[in-house]
Amino acid sequence: MKALTEKEVEKMLMEHADSLPDVILEDLKREALAAGLTAKELETVLGDVLKRTEYAQVEPGEAVGVVAAQSLGEPGTQMTMRTFHYAGAAEMNVTLGLPRIMEIVDARKQPSTPMMTIYLEEDIREDREKAKEIGNMISAISLSDIVEKTETNLLDSSITFRLDTKLMKSRGIKIEDVITRLNKSKIEVPDYSESRIVLKSKTQELRELRKLATKVLGTHLAGIKGIERALVKREKGEYVIFTEGSNLKEVFKIKGVDKRRTKCNDILEIEKVLGIEAARRAIIMEILDTLNEQGLRVDVRHIMLIASAMTVSGTVRSIGRHGISGDKASVLDRAAFEITVDNLLMAGVKGEYEELDGVVKNVIVGQPVRLGTGVVELTMKMDKPKEAAK
Amino acid sequence: MIATPRKISALKFGLLSPDHIRKISEARIVTADTYDEDGYPFDGGLMDPKLGVVDPGLKCKTCGSRVGDCPGHFGHIEFARPVIHIGYAKLIHKVLRSICRSCSRVTLSDETIEMYKERIKRAKKMGQNLDAVIEDVFRTARAAKKCPHCGEERFDIKFDKPSGYIEDGNRLSPTDVRERLEKIPDSDAEVLGFDPEVSRPEWMVLTVLPVPPVTARPSITLESGERSEDDITHKLVDIIRINQRLSENIEAGAPHLIIEDLWELLQYHVTTYFNNEVAGVPPARHRSGRPLKTLTQRLKGKEGRFRSNLSGKRVNFSARTVISPDPNLDINEVGVPEEIAREMTVAVKVNPRNIEYLRRLVLRGPDNYPGANYVERADGRRISLSRVPDLTEVAEKIEPGWVVHRHLRDGDVVLFNRQPSLHRMSIMAHEVKVLPYKTFRLNLCVCPPYNADFDGDEMNLHVIQGEEAIAEAKVLMRVQEQILSPRFGGPIIGGIHDHITGAYLLTKKDARFTKEEVSRIFYAVGYTGDFPKPTVEDGVEYYTGKQIFSVFLPKDLNLSYKAKICKKCEECEEERCPDDAFVVIKGGELVSGVIDERAFGAFAGELLDRIVKDYGTDEARRFLNTLTRLALFAIMKFGFSTGIDDEDLPSDAKERIDEILDSAEEKVSELIEAYESGILEPLPGRTLEETLEMRIMQTLSEARDKTGAVAGEYLGMKNSAVMMAKIGARGSMLNLTQMAACVGQQAVRGERISRGYVGRTLPHFKRGDIGPKAKGFVRTSYKKGQDPLEYFFHAMGGREGLVDTAVRTSQSGYMQRRLINALQDLKVEYDNTVRGADGRIVDIRYGGDGADPSRTDWGNIVNVKKIVDKVVRNRA
Repeated sequence: MKALTEKEVEKMLMEHADSLPDVILEDLKREALAAGLTAKELETVLGDVLKRTEYAQVEPGEAVGVVAAQSLGEPGTQMTMRTFHYAGAAEMNVTLGLPRIMEIVDARKQPSTPMMTIYLEEDIREDREKAKEIGNMISAISLSDIVEKTETNLLDSSITFRLDTKLMKSRGIKIEDVITRLNKSKIEVPDYSESRIVLKSKTQELRELRKLATKVLGTHLAGIKGIERALVKREKGEYVIFTEGSNLKEVFKIKGVDKRRTKCNDILEIEKVLGIEAARRAIIMEILDTLNEQGLRVDVRHIMLIASAMTVSGTVRSIGRHGISGDKASVLDRAAFEITVDNLLMAGVKGEYEELDGVVKNVIVGQPVRLGTGVVELTMKMDKPKEAAK
Repeated sequence: MIATPRKISALKFGLLSPDHIRKISEARIVTADTYDEDGYPFDGGLMDPKLGVVDPGLKCKTCGSRVGDCPGHFGHIEFARPVIHIGYAKLIHKVLRSICRSCSRVTLSDETIEMYKERIKRAKKMGQNLDAVIEDVFRTARAAKKCPHCGEERFDIKFDKPSGYIEDGNRLSPTDVRERLEKIPDSDAEVLGFDPEVSRPEWMVLTVLPVPPVTARPSITLESGERSEDDITHKLVDIIRINQRLSENIEAGAPHLIIEDLWELLQYHVTTYFNNEVAGVPPARHRSGRPLKTLTQRLKGKEGRFRSNLSGKRVNFSARTVISPDPNLDINEVGVPEEIAREMTVAVKVNPRNIEYLRRLVLRGPDNYPGANYVERADGRRISLSRVPDLTEVAEKIEPGWVVHRHLRDGDVVLFNRQPSLHRMSIMAHEVKVLPYKTFRLNLCVCPPYNADFDGDEMNLHVIQGEEAIAEAKVLMRVQEQILSPRFGGPIIGGIHDHITGAYLLTKKDARFTKEEVSRIFYAVGYTGDFPKPTVEDGVEYYTGKQIFSVFLPKDLNLSYKAKICKKCEECEEERCPDDAFVVIKGGELVSGVIDERAFGAFAGELLDRIVKDYGTDEARRFLNTLTRLALFAIMKFGFSTGIDDEDLPSDAKERIDEILDSAEEKVSELIEAYESGILEPLPGRTLEETLEMRIMQTLSEARDKTGAVAGEYLGMKNSAVMMAKIGARGSMLNLTQMAACVGQQAVRGERISRGYVGRTLPHFKRGDIGPKAKGFVRTSYKKGQDPLEYFFHAMGGREGLVDTAVRTSQSGYMQRRLINALQDLKVEYDNTVRGADGRIVDIRYGGDGADPSRTDWGNIVNVKKIVDKVVRNRA
């Protein structure tokens, strides 16, 4: 018998395209061609593969939620608590371990260490200079970055900022730009030169003066707001920009940025910019990466389920009182979790109706839980017991 | 008589209306006193016998049943003046702000109300939360300047915590509030979130108070014969007393001020009766100064009714004792002390086949081990055998239909559990093996899933009572069914410590055995089959360890993987590996490679993994049992010990280590010099100081690793400690480095130690000294011992570790509780979707491919290559 050609293998595999996942089909194709399988052999292989796939299916009724929660919760005790870890070669602080997982699961407004990994488009991927240029372009510069010294003079209520001209030159910031920026934020600059800016104020109080100074120092001059630092690093044959702080929307506007691959670790930001499906993927990837970094193995399916549960409603909901648990339709579920009394009181007013379909509810009333073997309602019809055997 | 259990299909919540409270009440409570001098309860008192019975022997005046059967009955108190229900104080405020002061309509136009009704209807239909809509109603309604229905001007109403309302400077009394609420039409109440059928707004202002049955607030009789009342009763006494005074004063036409004061006091008592932790209200206290535990406190929190009595329940038929190891038990078994077996019973229905056997057990009674403790007659009456004078009489009477509660016996299925129960493998079904002494015994392979050791751990055992439950536990929860973890689809039960060392010693390259030795091994393991073919060298027959091991492998097993000892060379020499780290099993024959942690260790066992997945759990159990026995016999035959002399290094090794450390310290001073003279180049995005710290840390940690390598060089695989570390039996090379060569840098918060005095860690150093020693570098080994400074720094690092663990356990525990609570209702349906309790779809297909992780190959549904390889092999 002759080994199959690629076309023939594909044809045979197409018949099972519905019942087998794509990854398996790809594997099959590759392995079949590598081993030079004959039609009959491929048939046997397919039979085995189908049998195993069938065997691997979850049983209906399986409490997949609890298993997923346990699978993520149990290794929690083995994770490090240390918030900061130096990723790779000492450049960037990243939150890792249990704190990071909790951050994701809580759907925090802002991660404690927002970060972006910016990939570049194909034509400039290997251009170090171009990468650096983009890196410089996106890192935010505020007035405080270029101010060397701040002097407050209470006598004439003035503030003088002495500028670091060298730094300004290297960042390509002209004094005129600074002034227009300041004017735009409604700050009048009565006097300035190449190396200093003088502000006047009406206030006589030192505290007020200082307050004004800090406010003015925060003025955003160039780059993208929120991105504090950008680092260019060579990774797998291309230049990649790593940033501290993130601003997905603005970074996407920059020419030369590969929008398909650029990543960010702020899940809510991803939701806002790219939508809920992207947020779900981000949750999965972030949890998985954190676990892998700790050397813990957890199956993706568990994490996928957690991510799905967090995102089904169309927005990212946290796991806990203010998210999934707090939104539950059932009074008893909510009462048994955290804010017991308020939930019961409000249930009375609303005249809530409680169908006993969940786990907690059935445990509370002392009935079998409708999960696992509890979902089966079929009972066997038995013959009436015969008279005791002689 | 036991009532037939009924299935509860749903619960409906609502408010109690005054009429309803009166209707369910069996007695109006008017007297604040509880018992008279003779100890009899007053009629119309808080302990009115109509409210149920708590004293054994008495009958309930209402329902006629005795303690246990009488559920208790409510009474009621009629308030002289209405009182705000504190739990609804905030809501009442919101409602008051949204309605007209004269006509009590919601201050929205009819069209708007209609619109909101529509929105509520829609949200209800979609199963959405109504809170947002209702909140919206409150917000828009309170913005109105005039009532659109009657044109009355509106004033904003301020909430005077905890339960007062001020409108335009005038305080609204609860009576006023109630009047306004009463006038709200049903259709308007609906938009405010009420369900007028079961909850009218005015019911939030109480005119009648239900008095809970005595069964809910039993009094305790102390040894001295004194009665001590429940906190709730105390609170009710206060309420009645003030209520009485209030009504007397009203009747007597007392001045307004006095009445107001009393009314206020009544409000206080009712408030604390509902919740004794209201902000701004001083908690009501017991005579001793302890705050009273009132209604809210009974329900709330971890020790409250919900979490400790409703979501968690106490059980019978359970036992707990210390655990200890027993390598001779099967992994499915648990050793149960006879003492416990005598106490724990299994209910067995008498039938013609077992009647004789059960009779014998009954005859032996509760005190002789294989006996029985109770007999249950066909009518359900229980007879305790310990109180029966003549057991023969009972034994004679037994007939089919009776139930005998016999002692636990070998083979009974029980659940075994160790806390914290973090995953489902924390509770597994074992078969009982009754043994002498007082501890539970378990096979060492099941330590990893329970995370158990024997330094005093205790475990719980639950005897399953129903036949159905026994069958279920046996199929789903048995230890052998749990070998594969659902977390990652690999084995979580497997060999540990000495099992691995033993197997390694047995399968090492040079392990040879004479026929006599092999016979002994086979005997120990219980193998009765044929001997493998011996090799003859110089006329002497011998067997290799690999041959012996192969005897226990399935005959058609083919497998190859890299062992734990693999050094991950760049170019793998595969079968010719000098360390024998490339494991090849062909046709059930171990051709090359040693057996170590990667073969059958928990969390890592490739070989074990293969066996469970291809040959089933029965075979895996057998394999683990024989393999561990084999390994233990091997380790006993070779002898194995480790001690402090395993960390002995020859003097030239010590010299080399000193050299490494010296040069590292020199390098650090060079770095510091460079920093001080300003030549040090900062890393991108780091300050100079940070750069210096990082470089120093890096230098020192490299130095420690180098000393470890030197130590490893001199110690070698002959060293027991190194062997254990390398094969994954126990310990790590880092542990050994610290013991033999150098402990290394101590860190707090991921940095070198820097806290202490101004500019220095300890007064032993100069200010500004940032050398290794001054910042917590421990250059000595544990074996050599630390100097006082090093010891102190080490203690600092160690303390952080301890704190870290303590914090982590509580944090991850809470995270897991939240995760479980959020996901517990999700299940796979027959149509492959994952849905929540309400039937809402969370995932169309579980995990995208519908695969159960524990049935996958480390996450992959099928290992295509393996199947193809098998086919290719069969070709030849």
